[in-house]
Amino acid sequence: MTEPLTLYLPRDAAARSVGADVVAERLQAIAQQRGIPLTLVRTGSRGMMWLEPLVEIERGGVRHGFGPVDGGDVEALFDQEFADSHSLALGPVEALDWMQAQTRLLYRRCGVIDPLDLDAFEEAGGLAGLRAALAQTSAATIEAVTASGLRGRGGAGFPAGIKWKTAAEAPGAQKYICCNADEGDSGTFADRMLIEGDPGLLIEGMVIAGLAVGATQGLIYLRSEYPDAIATLRATISAWETRGWLGDDILGSGKSFRLTLRRGAGSYVCGEESAMLESLEGKRGEVRVKPPIPAISGLFGKPTIVNNVLTLASVPDILANGAAAYQALGNERSRGTQAFQLAGNINRGGLFEAPFGLSLRELIETHGGGTRSGRPIRAVQVGGPLGAYLPASMLDLPLEYEAFAAAGAMLGHGGIVVFDDTVDMARQAEFAMEFCAEESCGKCTPCRIGSVRGAETLAKVRRGEDVEANIALVEELCTLLTDGSLCAMGGLTPMPVMSALRHFREDFQSKPLQVDERVVD
Amino acid sequence: MPQADIETAKQVCARHDHRADALIEILHDVQSRHRCVSDDAARVIAHELNISRAEIQGVRSFYADFTTEPRDPNRLRLCRAEACQSVGADGLAAALDKAGIAHEAVYCLGNCALGPAALIGDRLIGRASVDVLAAAMTKAHSDD
Repeated sequence: MTEPLTLYLPRDAAARSVGADVVAERLQAIAQQRGIPLTLVRTGSRGMMWLEPLVEIERGGVRHGFGPVDGGDVEALFDQEFADSHSLALGPVEALDWMQAQTRLLYRRCGVIDPLDLDAFEEAGGLAGLRAALAQTSAATIEAVTASGLRGRGGAGFPAGIKWKTAAEAPGAQKYICCNADEGDSGTFADRMLIEGDPGLLIEGMVIAGLAVGATQGLIYLRSEYPDAIATLRATISAWETRGWLGDDILGSGKSFRLTLRRGAGSYVCGEESAMLESLEGKRGEVRVKPPIPAISGLFGKPTIVNNVLTLASVPDILANGAAAYQALGNERSRGTQAFQLAGNINRGGLFEAPFGLSLRELIETHGGGTRSGRPIRAVQVGGPLGAYLPASMLDLPLEYEAFAAAGAMLGHGGIVVFDDTVDMARQAEFAMEFCAEESCGKCTPCRIGSVRGAETLAKVRRGEDVEANIALVEELCTLLTDGSLCAMGGLTPMPVMSALRHFREDFQSKPLQVDERVVD
Repeated sequence: MPQADIETAKQVCARHDHRADALIEILHDVQSRHRCVSDDAARVIAHELNISRAEIQGVRSFYADFTTEPRDPNRLRLCRAEACQSVGADGLAAALDKAGIAHEAVYCLGNCALGPAALIGDRLIGRASVDVLAAAMTKAHSDD
């Protein structure tokens, strides 16, 4: 076959982490050897991580996939002309069970287009939301966001419309839109994937937010642990500016919005909105006392919207297709879709966008295929390092804000980390305290010092020293952390610890010590 | 501090319009050029931005990305957060110690379905093992 060939392969960091660039080199090399003019389109990831590197070819308008591909497979793929009979063939990608079971709104273009190809972005529906916003009043835009029921996707779940209205009505000429892209929770990569796969969606959402509240400046705070996302976002912002979609005359409207990318520097607590603002002001990421809330007094004391990546990325669709369509998904107060991230010891991990309400069991067992190790599931931590550890007996819990809160757990940013039966839950509790101690901004004594003492005390429990008394001490410390912390990091560190004690108490019981392990006082 | 380095630090500050709020971006640029933010560099930055050396020391010491002494940008950073723990990151760390391969902890690289994950420079590694990491470290340092 010497006809021109177009293939699609992710540039996404996760795909590259398991060899996508090696596959790209081989594809180029073999195509050249065989005299085949190859166009290799580097896309975002589809989010089916167990299939990466995933190579796609389009036939009759349908994308057929092959994966996971490694460098050594490329020759045979060319020999067999990328036929669906090849052993790595997956058939039509969007017909796969994992894809069919989702409602992909946010991730509609992820894995489909080259994120740096602005024409492809526009052809695939990009800018429809922004055009709608430019054609109506800012009040109408805020009304649409409010009516949709959109809640913040970072973890706090605060109604976006109320936040926007507050900022819009706050006095002051200079306002800011700040995107919190400091996705530090273990088990989460939804923001990273979206920024690498469809950054235009995020930028479009931020411009709409700017128009709605009267902010002409936007900043994106992106963690430095995501170098590929930083590079892709920088390139996209630059391309948008060149195209006139950002700057002083957006799409010829006369309206202005300028966007700046700012890197984090290795601090988990800077994912907390006020610590993030401090960091954006060039300072230590210390948590601020609230009130005043950022919507009234935020960056440099000006009215500021702080929203998570996915919250802002949800906005273009609401503007383009109307609030009612968004509101129709989900239930009660958990509207729209959530980007669940299936992670850890899981067979088929990745990004699963769905309305709230499906059960943990369906996600982990039906779609995720159970553990990667093949051993039984013992614990699942949902919501990041500050989320509760749930036992296998609670897997029927529906994934929605209210049900999780009632069960003493938290959905957070939608990360789901699966552990098999080799997990030592006393060690996990100890780690929760260690992590808090490591990342504490230092402002509050219960967090700064309490986490250190908590880690020390749990270490004693694990060594079998005065177990019951030390557990009681840890519980007391947890109450103090919950009551005495200014932010959710100190405030929620007790959640994983107490859930481990509640559901996995057996891991904390005294184990008989060997003679040489006994500690001499 | 060599005059060239003083000039570099001044240029970095100028590129950010001498804005004190851009301090973290400025420290990133200096760290990547000199592999650290030395006290000499901090003195220059303080002067250029009209802020105190104490404020710079406060920011430099708060964030894990900045060091006072030169640090290899291609050092091995192994994720030690929960999702990677669930697939054996702690055991991998112990195996690396045994193999004499130095590593540093990082908390989450956003590769949570392909763990254990590691970062060498800007290169993300998934499904890490001692062999995979040893090979990646060799490659990263031969490209230097």
